[in-house]
Parts: sequence; C-alpha cells; structure tokens
Amino acid sequence: MSADLPEVLTRSAADLADDLASGATTSVELTRASLDRIAAVDGAVHAFLHVDAEGALAQAAAADERRAAGQPASALDGVPIAVKDVLATRGLPTTCGSKILEGWVPPYDATVVAKLREAGLPILGKTNMDEFAMGSSTEHSAYGPTHNPWDLTRIPGGSGGGSAAAVAAFEAPLALGTDTGGSIRQPGAVTGTVGTKPTYGGVSRYGLVAMANSLDQVGPVTRTVLDAALLHELIGGHDPLDSTSIAQPLPGIVDAARQGATGDMSGVRIGVITELGGDGWQAGVQDRFRESLDLLVKAGADVVEVSCPSFVHALATYYLVMPAEASSNLAKFDAMRYGLRVLPEGVASPSAEEVMKATRAAGFGDEVKRRIMIGTYALSSGYYDAYYGQAQKVRTLISRDFAAAFESVDVLVSPTAPTTAFPIGEKVDDPLAMYLNDLATIPANLAGVPGISVPSGLASEDGLPAGFQILAPALADDRCYRVGAALESLLVEQWGGPLLAQAPALPSEGASA
Amino acid sequence: MPDSLSRDEVAHLADLARIDLTDAELDHLAPQLSVILDSVASIRGVAGDDVPPTSHALPLTNVFRDDVVRPSLTPAEALSGAPDVDQQRFSVPRILGDEQ
Repeated sequence: MSADLPEVLTRSAADLADDLASGATTSVELTRASLDRIAAVDGAVHAFLHVDAEGALAQAAAADERRAAGQPASALDGVPIAVKDVLATRGLPTTCGSKILEGWVPPYDATVVAKLREAGLPILGKTNMDEFAMGSSTEHSAYGPTHNPWDLTRIPGGSGGGSAAAVAAFEAPLALGTDTGGSIRQPGAVTGTVGTKPTYGGVSRYGLVAMANSLDQVGPVTRTVLDAALLHELIGGHDPLDSTSIAQPLPGIVDAARQGATGDMSGVRIGVITELGGDGWQAGVQDRFRESLDLLVKAGADVVEVSCPSFVHALATYYLVMPAEASSNLAKFDAMRYGLRVLPEGVASPSAEEVMKATRAAGFGDEVKRRIMIGTYALSSGYYDAYYGQAQKVRTLISRDFAAAFESVDVLVSPTAPTTAFPIGEKVDDPLAMYLNDLATIPANLAGVPGISVPSGLASEDGLPAGFQILAPALADDRCYRVGAALESLLVEQWGGPLLAQAPALPSEGASA
Repeated sequence: MPDSLSRDEVAHLADLARIDLTDAELDHLAPQLSVILDSVASIRGVAGDDVPPTSHALPLTNVFRDDVVRPSLTPAEALSGAPDVDQQRFSVPRILGDEQ
C-alpha cells in the first residue's frame, strides 16, 4: 500500500510534527493531502460521516501562521486529526451514528475537542461508529457500515471502526476514539493500528455523549505507540467540567513510550491472563500473541501466567451494567429539546409521551432498542437485586482480581480480540456472537484500569491483523506505553517496517494526490 | 424469576422505555432479548452478601467546584437544536391528557 502513497500520508504524527517544526512541510500541505486521500478512498472505506474541508484548511492556515511566527500552540500544532462522532464539536454535525441526532450541530465543544483546537490540530471531520457506540463492528451505524481497509468485505471493529479505519487507510494520521468495553482497542486490533483506553477519569468525558458513564473513556487512535502517547498527553488531565475526572497529573507517558522504544524490558514483570485465551480463540491470533510474548522475554521481561478467575463473569457483568446506564442516559432523547421529533401517524393531537414513543421508535436502531430494554428490565423493581445489584458486586470481584494480579506483575497481557475481522453481515443480527468480540477488553473498563492494543502481526489463516493487549494498574498508563513501544519496535524490526505497509492498496476514485 | 421474556413482557418494557414497537419488531426482538437475558443471568449467585457493590471504578466523593459565575449558552444557542421554538422557549406537544 505504502509504495503508491505520498510519503506525507504514511508518516507518523511525531515525524510530521518534526517536519512542521523544521519547516519541511506545512499544515496546509498535510491537511490537503489527508482531504485528497479521503476524497479518493472514503467512498470505499466509509470511515467518515462528515468531512469539514473548509474548516480544516482554515485551521491549517492558522497553524502555519503560528509556526511561521515561531509560536506553535503545541508540539502537534498543525497535524490533522479525525474525531469520533460521539464527541460534541461546536459547529460540526454530531450524530453518534444515530438517526435521532441526524443534523444536530452542538452549540459547544467536548473538552477534548476544545483541547485539540487550542493545540492547533485541524479537525478533518467526524468518524463513523456503531449507533451510540453500541457494537463491535460499526454495522450498527444508522448511516451504513465502515469497511476494513485490509479487506473491504470485512468489519473494522467497533464501535470506533471509523476512527480506526481512517488511520489504517492513511486518511488521517491521528484520530480520537472512545472505549466503553473495547471500542478503541478492538478496532485497533482488527485494523492493525494502535489504540489506548486511558485510566478511567484520566481524560475528560465532558461533551462525550454518554453510553455508560462509569465505563466510557476517550482515547487516542494512531498508527504508532509514540503517537498515541503524544495525543494521550494532549487530551488528558483534570477537567473541572467532569466530576469523575482525576485531579492529579498524568504519569510521564511520552517519556515511557520513548524509553520503551529502546526495546529493553529487563526487570519488567508480565502476567499472561489464563482466562483470556484457549478454546474458542482463533489459532492465528494466539500464535501472534505467543510470538510477541517470546520477543518481550528475549528483551529481558519476566513472564508468568496469572489467573483472574472472576473474568469469566466479566461479559455478563458488562451486559448488565452497561445497558442499565445506557437506558438511563438515552432517556434524554425525548424529542423535546433537540434531535428528531416524529409525530405518531393518525393521532390528531398527540401527547408528549406519544411523540416521545414515536420518535424513539423511528430514531433508534435495533441494537439501541435491545440495550435500552435490557437495561430497563435490569433496573426494574423486583429484578434489580438479582441483575444490576449482582453485577455491581461482581464488578468488585473483577477489580479485586486485578489488584491481586498487580501485586506480582507490572502489566497483564492477552490477545486484544478473540478473532481477526469477520465478514460484514455475519453477526449483525446475533447479539451474543457480537458481544463475544469484547471478551478480553471489557475487564479493564469494569475496573477502570488503562489498556493499549498494539498490532502483533497477521494471522496465518486469513492474513488479517491481530492485536496484543497490555493492561496496567489505574494511573499507571505509562507502563502500557513502555511495554507497547518495546513490542512495537521489536516487531517492526522483525517485519522490516510497519505492519500497515503490508496492507493491500485501496481502490481509488477521483483525483488523488 | 424468569430468565426469558414473553412477547407481552417485552411490549411492557418497550412501553416503560417509551419506544413504540411494531408487531414485527416484537416478534424479532423478544426472542433475542430472552437469549441475552438467559446469558447474563449466569452471574446470579456469583458474589455473596459480603461483597460490596462497585458503581464507579475510582471512588471519588464530594467533588465540588468554586461557586463562581462562568459563561453559559446563550438562549439562541440553547434553542439551536430544538424541534420547535416559541417565544425563546422549547415548544413541546401537550403534556396533559384530554380529560385534564
């Protein structure tokens, strides 16, 4: 793929920042290259729901002026970025992949978006996602699926398939995602890209349209571990507008990524989670995982197996906690103050309640309806203790498993997802089969700990990317970056270049750069 | 305690959740919801009475901000996404029944 692409598109954000600082390129040039690439390939990939060419180029010109004046707003000033459509962007449509928010233009910015603007990153547009972030394939978007750049007949993961595909298809060097049960890490795994779910509370959720407040986190979607650290550092930190935001500084994640890239893992204790592997996990995914582990051992890491017995209940716990929170959160889509309003047919003077029901029937897709109803059931009187109450207790057991494991190891690892990308349509009407994609990513959300997914290679059965997940204790995000960068540098050396260089060329339409 | 949901129960849930469901949707969704419910019911009895519940991963309490005035949305901004507006207010369908 890389051979026929302009080099400017395949460079890392860190390298682009250096190019901008040295004057080797301009933000307008970078932004135009991304917009041209989007025009050429997004008809086939469909990573974007909205592209803001005019706004991005204006922001790029302003970035170039700051650079020319010797006053860049940040290290990444002028590096373009794509933003998942679940984050409020002032003046840009924000639909969450749902018909109920079609055409909604927020009057305010999410805190992370405000930080991007302050730091001077031109916003290319908004990326596709499963409706309200509910899904693992991006097929539940009301605006049609995103296609995996490695094989356009397959899913790019979800819910943030748009952000992952945009980065994998070289449409953007950086993107923002959100991760409630794996929606950054699992798309990263199946598209051969890097994605981080920060410690819960490490990045502001203000302006992130909530699915499950106690699980959602915003994080970076990138092609390299260092780029993820740079973006993570930029969006992280305390926000008084988010009462769950942590009021203490982030650990030195960029330094950790740079240190890790030296490839020295001596003294690092790695725990392999017994419960996240074995039967039912694709052989090629497990092979790449074990080879990655061997590389880390050769680099000096100590590897032991660690059992987290409560993790077998994580999926069921998540599919009670998340729908319960989602059913409450999505009650705000009531056709009164913003979004869609549909009048019921054949009713002369409909009541607010009738309008609400007709609007939610027309505006929500099947998966959203399923989760709202499961959540309503789990919270209803008589069933609360048996379902939601029990799930909250099991959540405690899962956190205790993490705490016990982190007494003897520095990080825990597993394959990020049980399989590589599956064909579009295969699981779209089989909710339980879809939910299994998040088996390995969900425990981190339930316990609030950070996790990163780094490409581990291509599965031999199908030639598609697999991911290596690294989990660390809360507030120790730096460990994810240190180990992630080490693995990345060892693998890239073995491959002779980044994994995405092996991706097939995409069909291109129109005038490309 | 049922771990499956009848068509009538799903219709009742949809009513509680303020979602109109067609007969076809009920036929389609009811069996799917039963399968999901049956699966998540596996956690019953996993944690004993001595295990405290967790509602948030990081237990923060008493999160306050300083009581100072700060900028907020203008009326025009607040109303910018409204389906219907009347005299700088959200205009909504009737909220009382015909008999009131």
